[in-house]
Amino acid sequence: MSAKEYRTASAARGGLLTVANVPNIAFGDRVYIRDKQGNTRNGQVIRSSNEEVLVQVFEGTAELDLESTWVRFLDEPVEIALSPEILGRVFSGLGEPRDYRPPIVSNLRRSISAAAFNPAARTYPKEFIQTGISTIDGLNSLVRGQKLPIFSASGLPHNRLAAQIVRQAKLPDDDSRFSVVFAAMGVSYADARFFQEEFASSGVLGNVVMFVNMADDPPVERLTLPRMALTAAEYLAFDLDRHVLVVMTDMTHYAEALREVATAKGDVPARKGYPGYLYSDLAEIYERSGRIKDRHGSITLVPVLSMPSDDITHPIPDLTGYITEGQIVLSRELHNQGIYPPVHISPSLSRLMKDGIGKDFTREDHPHVSNQLYALYARALETRNLASIIGADELSARDRRYLEFADAFERRFVQQGEDEDRSIEETLNLAWDLLSSFPPQALIRVNETEIAKYHRQSE
Amino acid sequence: MKQEDKKGTIQDINGPIVTIKLPGVQNGEQVRIGSLGLYGEVISLEGKEALAQIYESTEMVRPGEPAEGLGHPLSVELGPGLIGGIFDGVQRPLEAMFLKAGDQIPRGLSPLPLDREKLWHFSPTENLEPNMPIIGGARIGVVQETETVEHRIIVPPNIEGELIELAPEGDYNLEETIGQVRDRHGKVHHLKLYHRWPVRKPRPYQSRDNGVEPLITGQRILDTFFPLLKGSKCAVPGPFGAGKTVVQHQVARWANADIVIYVGCGERGNELVDVLDSFPKLKDPYTGRPLMDRTLLIANTSNMPVVAREASIYVGITIAEYYRDQGYDVVMLADSTSRWAEALREVSGRLGQMPVEEGYPAYLASRLAAFYERAGRVETMDCGKGSVTLIGAVSPPGGDFSEPVTSHTKEIIQTFWALSKELADARHYPAIDWVDSFSADVGTAAEWWHENIDRGWEKRRAQALGMLARDAELSRIVNLVGPEALSSAQRWVLEGAALIKEGVLQQSALDQVDTFSSPEKQFMLLNLILSVYDEGTALIELGVPVQELPEMPILARLRRCKELYDSSQIDQLKAFRDEALNDFKEIHSEYAQRGEQTA
Repeated sequence: MSAKEYRTASAARGGLLTVANVPNIAFGDRVYIRDKQGNTRNGQVIRSSNEEVLVQVFEGTAELDLESTWVRFLDEPVEIALSPEILGRVFSGLGEPRDYRPPIVSNLRRSISAAAFNPAARTYPKEFIQTGISTIDGLNSLVRGQKLPIFSASGLPHNRLAAQIVRQAKLPDDDSRFSVVFAAMGVSYADARFFQEEFASSGVLGNVVMFVNMADDPPVERLTLPRMALTAAEYLAFDLDRHVLVVMTDMTHYAEALREVATAKGDVPARKGYPGYLYSDLAEIYERSGRIKDRHGSITLVPVLSMPSDDITHPIPDLTGYITEGQIVLSRELHNQGIYPPVHISPSLSRLMKDGIGKDFTREDHPHVSNQLYALYARALETRNLASIIGADELSARDRRYLEFADAFERRFVQQGEDEDRSIEETLNLAWDLLSSFPPQALIRVNETEIAKYHRQSE
Repeated sequence: MKQEDKKGTIQDINGPIVTIKLPGVQNGEQVRIGSLGLYGEVISLEGKEALAQIYESTEMVRPGEPAEGLGHPLSVELGPGLIGGIFDGVQRPLEAMFLKAGDQIPRGLSPLPLDREKLWHFSPTENLEPNMPIIGGARIGVVQETETVEHRIIVPPNIEGELIELAPEGDYNLEETIGQVRDRHGKVHHLKLYHRWPVRKPRPYQSRDNGVEPLITGQRILDTFFPLLKGSKCAVPGPFGAGKTVVQHQVARWANADIVIYVGCGERGNELVDVLDSFPKLKDPYTGRPLMDRTLLIANTSNMPVVAREASIYVGITIAEYYRDQGYDVVMLADSTSRWAEALREVSGRLGQMPVEEGYPAYLASRLAAFYERAGRVETMDCGKGSVTLIGAVSPPGGDFSEPVTSHTKEIIQTFWALSKELADARHYPAIDWVDSFSADVGTAAEWWHENIDRGWEKRRAQALGMLARDAELSRIVNLVGPEALSSAQRWVLEGAALIKEGVLQQSALDQVDTFSSPEKQFMLLNLILSVYDEGTALIELGVPVQELPEMPILARLRRCKELYDSSQIDQLKAFRDEALNDFKEIHSEYAQRGEQTA
């Protein structure tokens, strides 16, 4: 079907252009808009009737006039061209090259809004990924096919942590094909550069596909960008059998772009001006990770988002937490004490950990050790609060032991170097070093056999 | 209205809301639109135009494409073959779709929910004769659906009249006629092993009954502290990460129900896979058969179209009512009702309806109430008893229980299992808060416990809750001025409360033994810990320094009893109890002697 071109624009408001009297235009159709100067902009149909069609213009409607604007309907959804050549390339949120190299030429083009995976087609993710970071491996283990976000805030080292995960992530006894899809939405030049240099210096650049939308690029492109990135990830994982790690930053910028467009469309706001469908929209992105029956590849998703004003109940982290399989939360308090990675243990969680660790996967004591550390640390933090009120001298000997534990835990277990790649054995042994400052009867989350085997006093 | 009249065209596409010109279509009627034939449902009529919500993505659908009315509202197929299956929010069979269409769910595909080829062995009800009058809901025979579920074939509730014919025992597929009924207008209805029922219409029953016995879930904090009756309704609210899903899975695993229907409404795909993977391997503690033999899953994961999410809980509850009508105790778990409410909000927003609280439409409260009211214990049409117990998870934004969905739900339900972020952060699981949770059914549950387990149940339960409340109070003082300010007796209360928390309330879903506690074991553990506490109190009155008691080795073992002895080892628990009390008696006599000597 030939593309249809019209000059009947009837209204332009923010990022939205109304075109009158255009029959039979498909919902979701991709659009080119040519302005008076002959420059082309991109758009997509977001409402369609025979009387008028509403087009979302990615670059905005500034400097458009209604008389001399040409609108062309391409009669195809927003698509991405796919081939193995995408590895090592950099694209915009619309899939156009950003690295001054020619566009991908391929017969394989896929719509970026994929249909949902059938739950009956999924396989439960179980393969432990070693990141070399104790707080993740030991306490919030990541498994292949999981979606585990990093909840951060401005000024915290989430980029460094994400880069360390990319650098160190591996399956303990496996060296299979591994790729990274990196999706950057509304990032600064400094951040984009940081990642590019990281990938180059760790030698993975040829295995990375980057989708980049800078802070000064059109915000509407941030809506298509993660979908582009995930369509590429699905291709790499399920067509080319690769294990794909997708890092997305920053989901907060994505959600803000969504709010901007929703407000322009006049959608009813739910919380903090975000549209009611923010949950479903985020889920469409996050749920594209996972493992599929009879496919060799996998998509593991690590989205990074900054919590506005460090508030974990803000709609973006809140709704994300309801969709993802846990979260790694960063703490300003630990960061200010110079602890890297400043992982805030109490609210961090990995839901898929239970089936990926233990006897056949990591070590038999792992689940109990993790539980025991959590319980002791929670108690130790209470004691620390108490000490700040009544003074550490007033504490009983039992309580002082907790206080010392909290410090040792943060300094030795949580803290580690940016290049320090701890094996899971090392992490668990370190945990037992700390647990051994307690007498065996105070450790009720680990069992008696494990105490006999690993507790230093029983040696 | 004849079928050919129900043809029309699409006028406007606004995401999942599509305007169609379709004369004669009824409100609530199912439609198919576009060249792909996407399914949807009419939600309002304006003049010649109808607004329809579409269950699938409307990408690349155009104005001018055809639309047709199907002549019936959204309905489910009810018959053998449901149990053990996984269906989407509009009852499409997901396993069959996977085999047919691959990894992703294609649009416009609509395989029949129930297998038409499979033969079922039907045994007609004895002493049913031709020419007998028969009512809707009457049992005409049975089919063994799974090893554990005997599927009772009933006359559809809207058919009543004279039985003309009933098929003899034998193998039949779903489309074969197994009986004929002539209604009072002379119309003959062909009965099959299945029938259809509209999901938004509650199935009829004779009368409502009061709940009489608690649902046993094997979870100590639920059964012992916040009991839920069979046929009652319950909400499980909690912020993310507090363990809602694990609580729901645990109930689905261990509840003493005949049928469990698990509706994953707007939740994670991998969680459903977890159920699909683990349930066939887990054994039902009551029948010893795989759990999947009594379980049915409805899955609308969070990335599936939002309109089908709204439908999914009605599909679930209708199937639940159908098994209730067969005389079964059914548990339906809806995870999460907040996602359902959000789907309502999204549709109402697209329709431009006036939002009231946080963007939710004004009818949120009434829809919630009407949904929860479909739970209940009833006398069925054929004078049997059946029940639907409804357990709805609620996902309040930011964990704030004052938000609209949680607060409206709280007004309707009987039992409230509130999950707490603080408990979950300390890995106290299940993270059910004993202060915020409540059960309005303790009185009825007490009768059952007294009759079946122990007459001391209600007293012991109250004592434990009282100690936990005292503990909260005293902990506030400790946090202000330190533990030294407390008297010995008060510090022993803190120890006692800690024993209750660690030895009774905390329960590991992952531990083979601890994951399920029979009512006997639950009471034994509680009674054991409280007996120890009472003995300790007596010692302190005698002047034993409170510091000595927590160091007793027997207490460390007491905390582990829950995982050391399974539900069949009640005798070992009793032996342990004697041993523990003996230890205390020894100290007691020691101090008593010392007291006499000084006197």
